[in-house]
Amino acid sequence: MATADAVTGSRPAARPRYGSMSRDRRWALRWSYFFLVLFVIFFLTPPVYMLITSLKTSAEISAATNPWWVYHPTLSNYVELLTSPSFLTYFRNSAVVSVVVVSLTMLISVPAAFALSRMKFWGSATLATGVFLTYLIPETLLFLPLFKMFATFNEWTDIQLINRWWVLLFVYPTLTVPFATWIMIGYFASIPKELDEAALIDGAGWLQTLTKIFIPVALPGLIAATIFAFTVSWAQFLYPLAFTTSSDQLVLPVGIITSLIKGDVFNWGQIMTGALLGAAPPLIIYAFLMDYYIAGLTAGATKG
Amino acid sequence: MAEVKLRKIIKRYDEVEAVRGIDLDIADHEFVVLVGPSGCGKSTTLRMIAGLEDITDGEIMIGGDVVNDVPPKDRDIAMVFQNYALYPHMTVFQNMSFGLRLKRYPKAEIKKRVDEAARILDIKELLDRKPKQLSGGQRQRVAMGRAIVRNPKVFLFDEPLSNLDAKLRVQMRTEIKKVHQQVRTTTVYVTHDQVEAMTLADRVVVMNQGNIEQVGTPQQLYHNPRTRFVAGFIGSPAMNFIPCEVEQVGGGLSIRLTNELAFPVPPARAAQYQNHGQNGKLLLGLRPEHITEAGPHLEPGEVPFEAKLDVTEPMGMETLVYFPVNGTQVCGRVNPNAGARDGLPLRLAANLNNMHLIDETSGRVI
Repeated sequence: MATADAVTGSRPAARPRYGSMSRDRRWALRWSYFFLVLFVIFFLTPPVYMLITSLKTSAEISAATNPWWVYHPTLSNYVELLTSPSFLTYFRNSAVVSVVVVSLTMLISVPAAFALSRMKFWGSATLATGVFLTYLIPETLLFLPLFKMFATFNEWTDIQLINRWWVLLFVYPTLTVPFATWIMIGYFASIPKELDEAALIDGAGWLQTLTKIFIPVALPGLIAATIFAFTVSWAQFLYPLAFTTSSDQLVLPVGIITSLIKGDVFNWGQIMTGALLGAAPPLIIYAFLMDYYIAGLTAGATKG
Repeated sequence: MAEVKLRKIIKRYDEVEAVRGIDLDIADHEFVVLVGPSGCGKSTTLRMIAGLEDITDGEIMIGGDVVNDVPPKDRDIAMVFQNYALYPHMTVFQNMSFGLRLKRYPKAEIKKRVDEAARILDIKELLDRKPKQLSGGQRQRVAMGRAIVRNPKVFLFDEPLSNLDAKLRVQMRTEIKKVHQQVRTTTVYVTHDQVEAMTLADRVVVMNQGNIEQVGTPQQLYHNPRTRFVAGFIGSPAMNFIPCEVEQVGGGLSIRLTNELAFPVPPARAAQYQNHGQNGKLLLGLRPEHITEAGPHLEPGEVPFEAKLDVTEPMGMETLVYFPVNGTQVCGRVNPNAGARDGLPLRLAANLNNMHLIDETSGRVI
C-alpha cells in the first residue's frame, strides 16, 4: 500500500517535466508555423515586389510615392514585352534550349545511373564519385577554357560555335548530366536488388529491366532530375552571357538584361515583367509535377 | 520438369569460401529443402542454381544440360524471393504475366495461365490490385503465382516465409505443400527454419559452413543424424548433449554420466559402441521427448532416475522440464499432469533405445 501511494504521489510532479505527447506536438506545430511564416515572408517579398513594380509605369516607379502600392495599375509593360519580337525570340530560344537539354540530360544520365548503380564493373564506384566531383567544378572556372576551346575549334574546322544559341545544347549538359546522374544513382540504388533479379529470371534483358522496371519505379527520382535539369538550363546566365551576343541568339535571362538595360538606364517595369514571365514556366512545371514527385511509388515493392 | 545435379560446386568470394565443393542430386518432381544456420552457403547455392551468382568451380546441370554459363532467363527456372520482389507499378495480373509477355506469348495463352495459377493460389479477386494494396501473405501468393505461370523446370524458393508472422507462416507452409502436390515441379527451397524444412521436404539437405552435413528424408535426419551438428539442428527443443563415459559392466555396456548416474545401454545398441570405450571425449545425445516422467511400467530400454528440476515450462499439451546433469542443462518433455514443479525433484525415465553416442572431437555420431 505504501509503495502504491508513493508511486501515485510522484506522478503529478513528473508530468510537467516530460509533458504529454499532444502538448509536445502542439508546441512543435507552433514553432514550425512561426518559422514557416518567416520563411514565406522572406522568400515571397521579392516576387511580390516584382509583381507590384511590373504593374507600374516608369513615371510611377521613379516618383517618390509608396513603392509597395500601385496607384495607377497598368498592363502596358506586359503588352509591350509580349508584342516585342526580340522578347519572343529570347523566350523561344530559352524554351528550345531547355527542352532539348532536359531530353539530352535524361537520355544520358538515366542509362549512366543504371550502369553505375547496377552493373558492377571495374572502376564503377570511382566513376560514380567522379561524376559527382565534376558537378562541383563551378562554371566560372570553365567558361574561359570553353570559350578558348570553341575558338580553336573554329580555327581548325571553320565551324562557328561562338554566338550560336545551339552551342548551349552542348554546354548545359556539362552542368545537368553529372547532377542528374547522381540523383538517379541514389534512386536506383534504393530499388531492392531482388527486383532486377526477378526481372532477370523473368527473361528481361538490361534494357528491358531499365525501361519496364527501373524507370517506372524510380519515376519520382526521374521527375526530380527533370525539374533540376530544366531549372538549370532555364536559369543559366553565365554561359549564354559569355557565348552568345547577337540579339537573335540570346536566351531569356541574358536577353532581358541586355535589351532592357541601356547604359545606365534601367527599364525597371519591363525588367520586372520579363523576370516574372520568365519565372512562369518553371513554376507551372513544378506545380504540375509535384504530385507525381511526392507520390511514393516504391511502396509495396517488397515487404514494407 | 527436370532433375538438378550439382557437381563439386565451389563458390569463393575473394578469400572466403562460401560453398566448399558440394555434390547434390535432386530428382524430377522432388521437393528438396536446403537448411542451415545463416552463412552456411544455402542461399548462395540456390542463387548459383538460379544463375544469379557465378560458380567458381564445379558443374550445375538442369534437365541433363550443364548450365554453368547459361544466363538465368534461359535456365527455365522461376524464383520466389524472401521479400517477394513484386514489381510495384504493375497490377497482380501484370506481375504474374510479365515473364510471359516478355517472351511474347499470345494474349489468350497468358490469360489462361494466369487464371489457372490464380485459381490454384486462390487470388483470382486480386488480379487488378497493385502490390501495395495486398497483405504480406497475399504478396507471397502473387510471387508464387509469378513462378507458376512460367511453368518452369525448377522452382527456387529463397526463404519465402521469413517475412511473414508466425501464424501466417504455418498457413503458407501448407499452401506451398499443396501447390507442389498439384504442379509437381522440381523444387529447391532454402530456409533457416528446421520446422519448415521437416514439414515441406521430400529430402532435407543440412548445410553448415559451406559443406553438406547430411542429406536424407526428414525421418532419417531426425532418427539417424550422422553428425552432432545435424543432431542438434534438427528437432525442437534441441537434442541434449551430455558428457559421458562408456563402461564395461558385467556382460554389457553402461553410459556413465556422473558418479551417481549411469544408464545401461540396451543390448541391441551395445555392439556398435563396443570399441568406443577409450575413445576420449564422448557425448550422450538424447532428445527431450526421450526423457519423460517415469510411469509405473517401464518399457525395455527405459531407465528411471531422479532429477531436481531447475525450471519448468508448461506448453499446454506438454511441460518442458530443465535440470542439470554433469554441468549441462538437460531438457525433458513430461505430461502436464506429471506434477513437475520448479525446484522440486521428479522421477524421470530416459529411453535409451533412441540414444546417440557422439565422438566430441570429430563431431560424428557413432
